[in-house]
Amino acid sequence: MYKLKKRHLLVMLLFTLWASNSHSAINVFACEPEWASLVQILGGEKVSVSSATTALQDPHHIQARPSLIAKARRADLLVCTGAELEVGWLPLLLRKSGNGRIQTGQAGYFMAADHVTLLEKPKILDRSQGDVHADGNPHVHLDPHRIMLIAEALAKTLSHVDPDNQSHYQNNWNNFKDKWSRAITKWQQQSQSLQGKKIVVNHNSWVYLEDWLKLERVATLEPKPGIAPSSTHLAQVLTQLKQQQADMILYASYQNDKAVRWLAQKTHIPVVALAFTVSHDEDLFQWYEGILNQLLDVK
Amino acid sequence: MRKKFIVAATIAAISNVNPVWANSDIEALKEQVEILKKDYEQRINALENRLKQSEENALLAQQQIDQVADNVDSKKSISNAGQNNFNPAISVILDGRYADFDNDPDDYELPGFMLGNEAGLGDKGFSIGHTEIAISANVDDQFYGKATLAIHEHDGETETELEEAYIQTLGLGNGLTVKAGRFFSAIGYLNEQHEHTWDFADAPLIYRGLFGNQLRDDGLQVTYVAPTDLFMQVGTELFRGDRFPGGGSHDAVGAWTAFANIGGDIGIEHSWQLGFSHWRQNDVDGRTSGGHSHEGGATETPSFSGDSKINSLDLVYKWAPNGNPTNQNFKFQFEYFDRREDGNITMLNSGPPEEVSTYDGQQDGWYAQAVYQFQPHWRTGLRYDQLGSNNKGSDADVLAEAGLDDEGHTPERYSAMVEWLPSEYSRIRLQFNHDDSYEEADNQIFLQYTFSLGSHGAHQF
Repeated sequence: MYKLKKRHLLVMLLFTLWASNSHSAINVFACEPEWASLVQILGGEKVSVSSATTALQDPHHIQARPSLIAKARRADLLVCTGAELEVGWLPLLLRKSGNGRIQTGQAGYFMAADHVTLLEKPKILDRSQGDVHADGNPHVHLDPHRIMLIAEALAKTLSHVDPDNQSHYQNNWNNFKDKWSRAITKWQQQSQSLQGKKIVVNHNSWVYLEDWLKLERVATLEPKPGIAPSSTHLAQVLTQLKQQQADMILYASYQNDKAVRWLAQKTHIPVVALAFTVSHDEDLFQWYEGILNQLLDVK
Repeated sequence: MRKKFIVAATIAAISNVNPVWANSDIEALKEQVEILKKDYEQRINALENRLKQSEENALLAQQQIDQVADNVDSKKSISNAGQNNFNPAISVILDGRYADFDNDPDDYELPGFMLGNEAGLGDKGFSIGHTEIAISANVDDQFYGKATLAIHEHDGETETELEEAYIQTLGLGNGLTVKAGRFFSAIGYLNEQHEHTWDFADAPLIYRGLFGNQLRDDGLQVTYVAPTDLFMQVGTELFRGDRFPGGGSHDAVGAWTAFANIGGDIGIEHSWQLGFSHWRQNDVDGRTSGGHSHEGGATETPSFSGDSKINSLDLVYKWAPNGNPTNQNFKFQFEYFDRREDGNITMLNSGPPEEVSTYDGQQDGWYAQAVYQFQPHWRTGLRYDQLGSNNKGSDADVLAEAGLDDEGHTPERYSAMVEWLPSEYSRIRLQFNHDDSYEEADNQIFLQYTFSLGSHGAHQF
């Protein structure tokens, strides 16, 4: 009897060791690089995070590839934009993953857009309006204030998924809050000259940036979201811009630049190819700085 | 304070020292002390000012942070009512075509293969294809459910068919998923995908020859995904087994499958998947195929009974610049199937005496296709199909009547298509086939539209 108990203890000890070992870092599946960066900032060495997409990929048009299923299978936490941005592939990925932890409504299911208000919520839900998102424009990561709210919620979710390291996530959140607030203040001071600048965009990707920096969108090259610019629509935009000059044309570096280049050639308006999200060798702070510098550099 | 004390102490010390010093010395010292005092007072003032300034700065920073926080709070989501907008998700697929063939589509055959009922070419001229109504949703936190109704024309009548109706687990965990109901089998690559997502207007010849286009049945599926970097999935299915290419009624499990898939990415731009599958039914009982009537007589229908097994291999490779398929992408797919059968062929309604032959069937076939999206909204593709068979039996005439004689012909087909996709929900396709399925080569043209309404479709690999 005594021996049995001893063996029991040993097994329990080994199990605890194994369990604590396997929990040394939680696996996070981020849909987009901005959330991967945020998770890295808030989680530090307690998380192992990978992003399903890169800055050069359109997060809407990804397929549920085998490699992504394999990653989703092992994830403890899923961090995505939501608001239907990943509607084409994420539900399928979740169903194929066989992973109960990250299914809709579970502790490990985090959608950034659920924690903030969305702009451009369509009044009419009709596909004749193009590729509209029922909940509103999903590209919330371009507003640093919304990032703050999302970070706060994400820190709570991390604590929930990995309660052993709660204080770690809380500390990181406090540090981030401080640093990010200061950064916002600095960026706002730097970017005052951008207020009221007239911009032309390729796709409605920049709504939150426009809202934050008070940029004025005067034209969109896509006649409807997700519908490629037609020659008639481009001609209209061209006539419009001849009457009302714009300061710059913005497009995401992963987008097709054909229409943008054409318009730039006709109007001599400077073109800015902005990185739509964090690249692999930078973090959220650096990415925001990069975007601001690019905008400020436009003469 | 401390500095002031030091100054005072110094003054006290100096004024109390040696009285031997001359008065002038004392005066000089006093002067120096005065200078020191002034200097210190100035420094102290400067320090105090700096402290005040930094306190003000801190206040300003805090105000700015508060301002940021206020700004942040105004953007807090109140409630998210949009979650249930499409619950359940409902989608309708509208499909229609205009087809033209050199040959009469009723003459269509695949020598060496007994064709199932849905395996024909369809009609010439305008026709409605497969109209599909699909409804799906998460049932609760544990299950997902989906039902698909297919409505199509068959011999001049509109038929409604329950194409799929299944539930699937979500929360089992450990990589396990169980599906139950009616569903497309996971064997091969294309089989699990709905017809409207295919890259060509018609099924590969080998799918037509073996499955009557697609294999689906009622039953249970269990899959397991391994917790590895490389995608590794294994699965098995237990089926009722009374649907083509099975047959007969079964009290327990009529047919079963086993499959394995591996896949992954190579760098950022390339991804691949390789699959192996096996289907088996050991007691096919009376699998019939399209009958034909001899002049004036009753319709003779060939019927197979015996053991049947299929092995297959599939390979898919995809490429997109920077891994972003939106503007340009390329896809290559290859599938090979091999079927072995052992049993009897009976010509129903023949004789008397009823015509029967033993049957030892060997059929195989493959196709390879490549599809290239060369610019946004435009895709083009090529496909090549080839089949072969070596079927033996005690009565060659019976086999020939059943369509199992290859007639010394190797069925093959060349296809080319170009598609225009105005949006993610619409597609218009022009396809040309040079079809050598049987002795008389046929040229076929399809102009097809496939539109989807309602909930967003899935971007499967």
